[in-house]
Amino acid sequence: MSNFNFSGKCWVAGDYIPTDQIIKADRVFLPMAEAAKFVLEDDNPEFGKHVAPGDILVAGKHFGQSSGRAVAVKALIATGISCLVAESFARTFYRNAFEVGLPILEAPGIRAAITQGDQLHVDLPGGTVTVLRTGQVIKGNPIPAFLLEMLSGGGLIAVAPQLIEKDNEARSGNTQS
Amino acid sequence: MSVTAKTFAQKALERGSGVSDLKPGMIVDVAPDVYMSHTASWRCIKTFEKLKGATILHPERIAMVMDHISPAPTAQVAGYHRLCRDFARKHGLVNFFDVNAGIAHLVLMEKGLVRPGEILIGTDSHSTIYGALGSFGTGVGFSELTAAWVTGTLWMLVPESMKINLDGRLSKGVYPKDIMLKLIGDLTADGATYYSLEFEGSLTASLSISERMTLCNLAMELGTKNAYVRPDEKTYEYLARAGVKDPARNALLPDAGAQYAKVLDIDISALEPQIACPHVVDNVKPISAVAGTKVDQVFIGSCANAKYDDLVEAADILKGKRIADSVRLLVTPGSRETMKQAADNGILSTLIDAGALITNPGCGACAGDGGAMDKGEVTISTANRNFRGRMGSYDAEIYLASPATAAASAIAGVITDPREMMR
Repeated sequence: MSNFNFSGKCWVAGDYIPTDQIIKADRVFLPMAEAAKFVLEDDNPEFGKHVAPGDILVAGKHFGQSSGRAVAVKALIATGISCLVAESFARTFYRNAFEVGLPILEAPGIRAAITQGDQLHVDLPGGTVTVLRTGQVIKGNPIPAFLLEMLSGGGLIAVAPQLIEKDNEARSGNTQS
Repeated sequence: MSVTAKTFAQKALERGSGVSDLKPGMIVDVAPDVYMSHTASWRCIKTFEKLKGATILHPERIAMVMDHISPAPTAQVAGYHRLCRDFARKHGLVNFFDVNAGIAHLVLMEKGLVRPGEILIGTDSHSTIYGALGSFGTGVGFSELTAAWVTGTLWMLVPESMKINLDGRLSKGVYPKDIMLKLIGDLTADGATYYSLEFEGSLTASLSISERMTLCNLAMELGTKNAYVRPDEKTYEYLARAGVKDPARNALLPDAGAQYAKVLDIDISALEPQIACPHVVDNVKPISAVAGTKVDQVFIGSCANAKYDDLVEAADILKGKRIADSVRLLVTPGSRETMKQAADNGILSTLIDAGALITNPGCGACAGDGGAMDKGEVTISTANRNFRGRMGSYDAEIYLASPATAAASAIAGVITDPREMMR
């Protein structure tokens, strides 16, 4: 897990899915394990019901658009998926994923390369997705090293104490105004 | 070697990070000047409480506004509001605004907390609106905002920039909302993802501050990181009225010759009123394509179009008229100041006489806070989003348009071109 290589069965989701449809606003008051069953309920009703720990979700374009609700990421994590690959992400979703702690990869061309149920291997640091059925390798957009570090640390809040430490050192070392 | 010409985003992030010669694609830690959180502040507070021993570095940079789900509809929400109130008192937050203030974005601008060249992060995607005053405003998640409370910084990717030159003249019955809907329809919802979007051109310069707010607010629906209108005399007058001393102090202007990933030149003189149809913001059509569609509810509100000028735009159409019996018209002024100005100048009377229900200032029905629809119902709204389930039933429909189009539709009971009512 810590090397951010994931193998698993994939599920598919569509294009331009807003955060409100990743998890509907009235579902977020449920306990998260319960809410997880309703993730993507309109787009792929089977997903929430049958997703298994370690599965991989593959979405289309501009996934997570609209409101920057981090709870959408939390709900996806609660489904047990190991990682999420998409054609592209909306920027607030992209940020929230790393900060809340969901491994994601932007891999243009991925949707056309897979069908639901395919076994995939995702190498996050290497930025690749391998489709085992066809052997095809899709090259994703590289992830900055510090975001991978944030993920390893469990997300932004988990690593915040280190950031505070770093800031304090920087400040005490800075004697010029 | 000559100094490279820079975009607004390059300059703003250089100022915010202290790092010079930033190029698109670089990642830097910036120190935001203002951290805005709305009712979701309670999530930030709960996150903060998990960080044992952390302190708030700059309480004066925190702006907290109770605008969503306000006033509290349930005991649970009342508890969240109270948590924020108590936290603000305990930490001496001078910029805490309670349920009487209005929508965070508008309140911050009215209170002089949005200043040119400065960086504002907000727990709301429409934080792009701050670009209307030449600021760098961008939406973040609540964990990120909490991290900024305790570290004073946040990572940012230096974005590519896109420039849209708006020229020509707005014809009668056509407004900045129509310009933005047309752009969103043409470029699509991810047409400017991760870009810093600079609005330029003679038309942009001619727009009021309120109109520039509508441009920069709706820019978010193109996927932008931030939006920008260069500050000018109008900006400085607005800021002076908001009590900002030396408002041009940190102002930043893009250099001539700066590099843009895309430049669009748009003459809007021939533009007609536009409308975003269900259930995505980029499903945009000219109003003629949907005129005559029956509506059950009309909502004039939201950070996109519930400013004073927007209420006047609607009142000009509704003056001396009555809304259709089949329609309910909800008007949610954007802020307390907007509401007071509209009350003082008779705008609220005009709206009430026409049959409007005036609600408390805040996000209101745009955030699903009152004004819900039953299945099969239709709302025409001045807000910025029309996704399924945003206003009640998943089987209800939301159309987005200008305040003038919304007002005309309220009178007719069907989607109506406002020009028909502007003789």
